[in-house]
Amino acid sequence: MRGNAAMHDLIAPSELGAVLQLLAAEPGAWTPIAGGTELMVAFSAGHLAAPKLVSLWGIPDLRSIGVTPASISIGAAATFLDLRRNATIASEFPLLAKAASWIGSVANQGRATLGGNLVNGSPAADSSPALLAYDADIEIISVRGRRRVPYSAFHTGYKRNVLLPDELLYAIHLPRRFARHASYLRKVGTRRAMAIAKVALGATALLENGVVREIRLGAASLAPFPTRLWQTEAALLGQTVTRETMQSAHPALLAEIKPINDIRSTAEYRRQVAANLLDEFLLSLNPEESQS
Amino acid sequence: MSKSVRATFHERWPTIQFRVNGEAKVINVPPMKRLLDVLREDLQLTGTKEGCGEGECGSCSVRMNGELVNSCLVPVLQAEGAEIQTVEGLALKGELHPLQRSFLEHGGAQCGICTPGMLMASAQLLEQNPHPDEIQIREALAGNLCRCTGFMRIFESVAAASAPERTGATAESTTEPSNHAG
Repeated sequence: MRGNAAMHDLIAPSELGAVLQLLAAEPGAWTPIAGGTELMVAFSAGHLAAPKLVSLWGIPDLRSIGVTPASISIGAAATFLDLRRNATIASEFPLLAKAASWIGSVANQGRATLGGNLVNGSPAADSSPALLAYDADIEIISVRGRRRVPYSAFHTGYKRNVLLPDELLYAIHLPRRFARHASYLRKVGTRRAMAIAKVALGATALLENGVVREIRLGAASLAPFPTRLWQTEAALLGQTVTRETMQSAHPALLAEIKPINDIRSTAEYRRQVAANLLDEFLLSLNPEESQS
Repeated sequence: MSKSVRATFHERWPTIQFRVNGEAKVINVPPMKRLLDVLREDLQLTGTKEGCGEGECGSCSVRMNGELVNSCLVPVLQAEGAEIQTVEGLALKGELHPLQRSFLEHGGAQCGICTPGMLMASAQLLEQNPHPDEIQIREALAGNLCRCTGFMRIFESVAAASAPERTGATAESTTEPSNHAG
């Protein structure tokens, strides 16, 4: 059953304030739509339930990328092409630039937005492992004001998040403190282009004299939502990277991930590959171990 | 404001204006109607094809304000004020675009369903990068599926269309949009 355009209303305010007023006046009644790469798929298939949609496309505040000495602020409706074209992201946040290049095709990247990727809440979201590894903060806005939450606390369940019905995701903030960190991002999918992740791991770490002083691991497709691997990080903090510490991190990893069997892969494959990706990252921190 | 293409005006639907291939259009349709359907049904521009209807195949690729988009995923209200280019806008004054000639000469088109999208994605690539290497061609066309050619002849067509400029004056740094001169 195809979608029927006459069954849905769509309005396009030119200013953010008008969008927020609308969300406040009828909380939950209006569904925000940005580049449409998710909602229009549902619409075409006749699966879009939302009767009333409000467009965020073309609202300048939501699409800007601002850089201060301390951080970079990415408007929630910045597209993945915007991210790929940003010099600061390319030089200081290569994992995010890489993730942006994985989102669908060129045509998808010009429309799909970073905020949309997060609000949609797919467990396999391409941008999530990088944002988790970079310790991103999420800024939320409503007529009541603004608030910030760590991105690692944004998702609360499968396709659920902390946004209240009158709130909108406003911006994603990344601290500019990862220039000296080692970093890693790998997505395992069925093919290189247009594939949804079977498993993805993003990571940053800071070592001093071979000892792990900071480590952040962000995973996709290993739980009902993209998640930090807190226990695995704890198992590695303060350790030197050796074969032994790598092995000892595996039980923590396997204890905290919750992979499933689905159309794209099996839980067993995901567990094995998750451990392999972690090893690959850790070996990159101490190349000598890979030869021993 | 040139021609309104609808006979009956629906008050509850917005009047949306944009330009398609340089011509001003005014339409009165449901705001969630897909740009793809507006092009094909309301403007009779049937060169743009529907493949998957979910942004995976690229058959419906058009350019909107200089960016490649899947027109099946654009609610037409978001095209308000935009400059749209479809495959019908590639040839100029009856003269084929260099990409169209190249696809013909190198067997880049077989059944033809993917061809308009391939041409638009290729035109987008060559405008931004007049001399792409094969990896760049493959990446630019990664969102366009073809079930006939096996892709190689399409990649060859794009490479050949970009080649004539290579032998010309050194225009490596030009950022001007490729025009339709040919």
